[in-house]
Amino acid sequence: MSEKDIIERNINITKAPEGIEGAGFFATSLDQVVGLARKNSIWPLPFATSCCGIEFMATMASHYDLARFGSERLSFSPRQADLLMVMGTISKKLAPVVKQVYLQMAEPRWVLAMGACASSGGIFDTYSVLQGIDRIIPVDVYVPGCPPRPEQVIDGILRVQELVGKESLRRRNSPEYTELLASYGIE
Amino acid sequence: MENVTKDIGNALLSKFTDALIQQELILDFPTFTVKKESILAVLAFLYDFELYQFKFMTSLCGVHYPDNPIEKEFCVVYQLHDMVKNQRIRLKVFTSEKHIEVPSVTSLFSTANWLERETYDFFGIKFTGHPNLTKILNMEDQPYFPLRKQYQLEDETREDKDDSKFGR
Repeated sequence: MSEKDIIERNINITKAPEGIEGAGFFATSLDQVVGLARKNSIWPLPFATSCCGIEFMATMASHYDLARFGSERLSFSPRQADLLMVMGTISKKLAPVVKQVYLQMAEPRWVLAMGACASSGGIFDTYSVLQGIDRIIPVDVYVPGCPPRPEQVIDGILRVQELVGKESLRRRNSPEYTELLASYGIE
Repeated sequence: MENVTKDIGNALLSKFTDALIQQELILDFPTFTVKKESILAVLAFLYDFELYQFKFMTSLCGVHYPDNPIEKEFCVVYQLHDMVKNQRIRLKVFTSEKHIEVPSVTSLFSTANWLERETYDFFGIKFTGHPNLTKILNMEDQPYFPLRKQYQLEDETREDKDDSKFGR
């Protein structure tokens, strides 16, 4: 095998979606093309409040490098973010802030709860701590751990990508989705 | 330390005939229990006392003793520091759950402003004369005072935890 072949074999290219292929044309559904584009360019909004945030910094840095999965661009404005990553303990006093950040995000939006605290309150089973962010906003992916290792965060992101890639373009207009948001008091 | 306790106790007794309820030395910490009506006058007296100048308030906090006799369920603890002689003392006032009011000492110590708000936030002790007695740490609509002993420490909205597995 020549050197050129080895290099070309190691280049990963996203697989094309299912479709009909012929000479000079390729036909597939819009859903799949949009999903493909979206899933490989997720802009995360980090909402880091404690040690999970430190693990996330490691995930973003050169050693684990989330950029490999198309998420190198963190969006610090919720209006331009696709994925809200809540990492750390959310006290009840902070809950309205998390909810407001979620409301400021444009559809389609996804939420990842990283670590035991964001997922369930964790060890902080106490009067002042929100017992999981899914009490105020819908969550797509939970990453367990206290704190989770960067590998787990990457796994969580890949699961979000799976959801994003397979999501139907009509999902956000469906009555089920409206009902889901309504159950959180979101219009 | 015994003589410090005695000096301050005697001075308080001679200045205020009935304000001092108890004086004791807990480890190396002179502690005085005073009537809540006279706490501000006692603190003002100690502020310009000739032997010690207790011009610095280290802390102010509340304590709930649910098993105490009636009229003494709640306690407010003041810790003062004489920076010149490096002497610390502790003052306590007790109040009942029914009339849970203690005079505010914000006119003397500005630091008492936030400390009294915190004490109100967690124990519901009302400080009369406080300029802005509102919650400071907990969320605004917290419906109860969480450090009172009748409330459990855990979040009461959870149903998914098996008490027997948590030693409860």
